[in-house]
Amino acid sequence: MRAPPQTVTELRSALRRGEITSVAATQAMLDRIVALDNELKSYLTITDELALEQAAAADRRRAQGEDGALLGVPIAVKDIICVAGAPTTAGSKILDGFIPPYDAFVVQKLKEVGAVILGKTNTDEFAMGSSTENSAYFITRNPWDLEHVPGGSSGGSAAAVAAELAYGALGTDTGGSVRQPASFCGVVGLRPTYGRISRWGVVAFASSLDQVGTFGRTVADATALFQAIAGYDRRDSTSLNVPVPDYAAALTGDIRGLRVGVPAEYFVSGIEPEVETAVRAAIAKLEELGAEIHPITLPHTRYALPVYYLIAPAEASANLGRYDGVRYGPRVEGADMIDTVKKTRALFGPEVKRRIMLGTYALSAGYYDAYYGRALKVRTLIKQDFLNAFAQVDVIACPTSPTTAFKVGERADDPISMYLADIFTLSVNLSASCGLSVPCGFDSKGLPIGLQLIGNALQEATILNAAYAYEQATGWHQEKPRIGRG
Amino acid sequence: MALTHTDVEHIAHLARLELTAVEKEMYRQQLTAVLDYANLLNELALDGIPPTAHAIPQYNVLRDDVIEPSLPLEDALYNAPRQQNQQFLIQSVLA
Repeated sequence: MRAPPQTVTELRSALRRGEITSVAATQAMLDRIVALDNELKSYLTITDELALEQAAAADRRRAQGEDGALLGVPIAVKDIICVAGAPTTAGSKILDGFIPPYDAFVVQKLKEVGAVILGKTNTDEFAMGSSTENSAYFITRNPWDLEHVPGGSSGGSAAAVAAELAYGALGTDTGGSVRQPASFCGVVGLRPTYGRISRWGVVAFASSLDQVGTFGRTVADATALFQAIAGYDRRDSTSLNVPVPDYAAALTGDIRGLRVGVPAEYFVSGIEPEVETAVRAAIAKLEELGAEIHPITLPHTRYALPVYYLIAPAEASANLGRYDGVRYGPRVEGADMIDTVKKTRALFGPEVKRRIMLGTYALSAGYYDAYYGRALKVRTLIKQDFLNAFAQVDVIACPTSPTTAFKVGERADDPISMYLADIFTLSVNLSASCGLSVPCGFDSKGLPIGLQLIGNALQEATILNAAYAYEQATGWHQEKPRIGRG
Repeated sequence: MALTHTDVEHIAHLARLELTAVEKEMYRQQLTAVLDYANLLNELALDGIPPTAHAIPQYNVLRDDVIEPSLPLEDALYNAPRQQNQQFLIQSVLA
């Protein structure tokens, strides 16, 4: 028997040639989920009936001559993105039982192109976390080593794609929640420019930073998903009404003359030596492929973490005000309405409460200027650092995370050590940049390392092509995790 | 600056969160630590620097004022913990 297709690109070819149907490919994925996900725990909900219906519909569309990049391709959706009729929890008990009455914009787009939705993947509660340990339901494991975390908050999506429990997946990235788990799980994760993709139907965490992103086992796969969901949507007033380029056509693998900046501030103490070695080797590979390497400086890098941990909680404290037990989710009755709201909101998990408290404090009378107002000004300086850098270079190359995947439980009791896992990714969200993580090697424990490539606003094609050139020249994406291989 | 127990209770009330005694003490310590870390921003001279609320700001995004189909009533009420007469049912707010 022929080996099943490994990537979106291979599956599309097999579907075209009639070697496999979408129903068969979808059933194979569902069987694999049943076999492996008890251990991995990447999915919160399996939408098997929906998936098989969509697969059959895709096969009918193909029989009528249609052929899209994602037609009949089984993918996963982070459980913070609404799929009509399927439970959407955002990893929280406060949305236990919630059934969204409509599809998110990105889900509408996936359905239009005929992608098959296998299920909803695990996430840190309201996407607040860097390990998926903050899910109110269960902890997702890293497919390369089950004792380690998959990263987060889109850890379920990253783990599912790495373990071949989906051909690709959607996540969200507010401070690194696509790129960091992609790095930890050895897959490609893209965080597009703010506004490139509509946030309509995505449960809000920090509205000025949230953005949907895509996962794939290859750059081409992450690009195919991105192509399908990019675009303007009038229902999200921050959505950018600019044309969507042909991203697949941009993957030429030719990066001769590309100016790559290496920021001194991203190679500092705290970074694991094996990570630094792998990332520096990756940068040398880019040079070998014809890129010009330039040292650059992003002087306000050290302020990104405190800025982020004031702005994101402030926005979250406002956004999460809507969970009051009135319109959706469980209600815990108290003596009066205020008491009911307080008791209902006690259903939030510890990290969410921590951030609501922090954000409420940063916005409260007497502290607004000292904390939130100050953070917004420093955000300007961080954004300016990137604009200055992009006047000199096309792409910034650096590590995605200072470490490889840490062990389950290792950082759970120390919020600041957990927050440091995102120290290299946060600035992309604070500025007007886009970023991705592409596998660039393994540490001595066999855990994946990610190379982060950052581009200026709306320059996704540039970073995707740089990642593609690197991937094709190195082949890290052909390595497979141990799970499911005996 | 260390937060006090009273500070924590005040914030929790503003945020409408019921906290246990153990949670209050935990958040008192953790929020103090995070805010201490945030004081790193005090190193910077920020006079004259404008704030950035959005990476790519857009202004006055409006649509035409026309009536369009919206969520059907049964869909809007479907997830309500309690409802009555096609409305969300809550406890009396004014005594």
